[in-house]
Amino acid sequence: MVQSPPANIDRRDLLPGLFPDHEEWLFISGLAGASRDTASLTGDGAHLYSMAGTMGAAVPMGLGMALSAPDRKVAVITGDGELLMGIGALVTIASVQPQNLTVVCQDNSLHGETGGQKGHTAETANLEAIAQGAGIASTMTISEPGQITNAAAFIAEAPGPRFLLTRILPTPPCDFKRDLDMAACRVRFRQNFLASI
Amino acid sequence: MANNHPHAEWSGTMFDILRDAGVKLFAHVPDAGNDRLIALADKHNDTRTVLLTTEEEGVAICAGADLVGERAVLCMQSSGVGNCPNYLSLAKGARFPLLLMISMRGDYGEQNPWQYPMGEAVETLLQSFGVLIFKVEGPDDLEKATTAAVNASGNGAQAAAIVLSQKFLGAKGF
Repeated sequence: MVQSPPANIDRRDLLPGLFPDHEEWLFISGLAGASRDTASLTGDGAHLYSMAGTMGAAVPMGLGMALSAPDRKVAVITGDGELLMGIGALVTIASVQPQNLTVVCQDNSLHGETGGQKGHTAETANLEAIAQGAGIASTMTISEPGQITNAAAFIAEAPGPRFLLTRILPTPPCDFKRDLDMAACRVRFRQNFLASI
Repeated sequence: MANNHPHAEWSGTMFDILRDAGVKLFAHVPDAGNDRLIALADKHNDTRTVLLTTEEEGVAICAGADLVGERAVLCMQSSGVGNCPNYLSLAKGARFPLLLMISMRGDYGEQNPWQYPMGEAVETLLQSFGVLIFKVEGPDDLEKATTAAVNASGNGAQAAAIVLSQKFLGAKGF
């Protein structure tokens, strides 16, 4: 098994480079850093449902959304720890093949929210290989800032579902305070979406 | 052949109620109790099924569907309820109107002792996360309980579970 390449991407530059057209997307983000970065990208917009708990739920929530809104582009932004906690969802995604779903994993190989403890991807687990093994045909890994443009093209052009592994430096996520009222944010997302169709 | 299945008739009734209520996505972990229902959802043009690796995935999938105004149901054996609690925060904290269909093990007539600990915990666990329970203990309960759960989860931000007891389903020999 090939190890993932060493990380050299500053996470704060990642999402703006991958999603210059973020208004066209529906976003689900997993707890902690992934949600801070996605909230920063969208200005905590109504097209984002960001989590601060339910670790592992982001990918299957994005799947349910992608299947239920097949005409919209859905992106899940998640960390390596969050993804691993619900890793079976990649297998489920491959089984149903939603064309409109993109999963972006921000892999910093550590548990940033709880003190920076080392994670499974630091030395052994390769999440792109796991996604391939699950049966997801379109996968890509980037580890250098210069590859972000290619990754944006991958998201725009590769057949869905797509899995993008981004190897990011262990630097802090965007410093963004988002709304943590999980019920109010549900209503906000729904109303915004239903008004758009 | 399928019509001779012991669960064929009530599964048809339940499927019609769910479909009429706009349920399009049937997330499930296979169980003898939901086998016919899932077969119907597989076959119908308006509905689709999603085979899960673990039940908690289904909780999140149903929440994702709700965010874009669609209805989904999570079908599972009672043992799977034990895999769901952290994600049931989405019901209690975020008020997602989850709809669950649970076929019981570890209650009336169970012959496998491994099923009792989880079976006994199902109602307490669901109630602790604010999920309403509509039980089916006999044929007369099926339509009413299904309709009640569909209405509870459809007209408000309220999670609800249809719980099919082994008194209704029958316990398998072990």
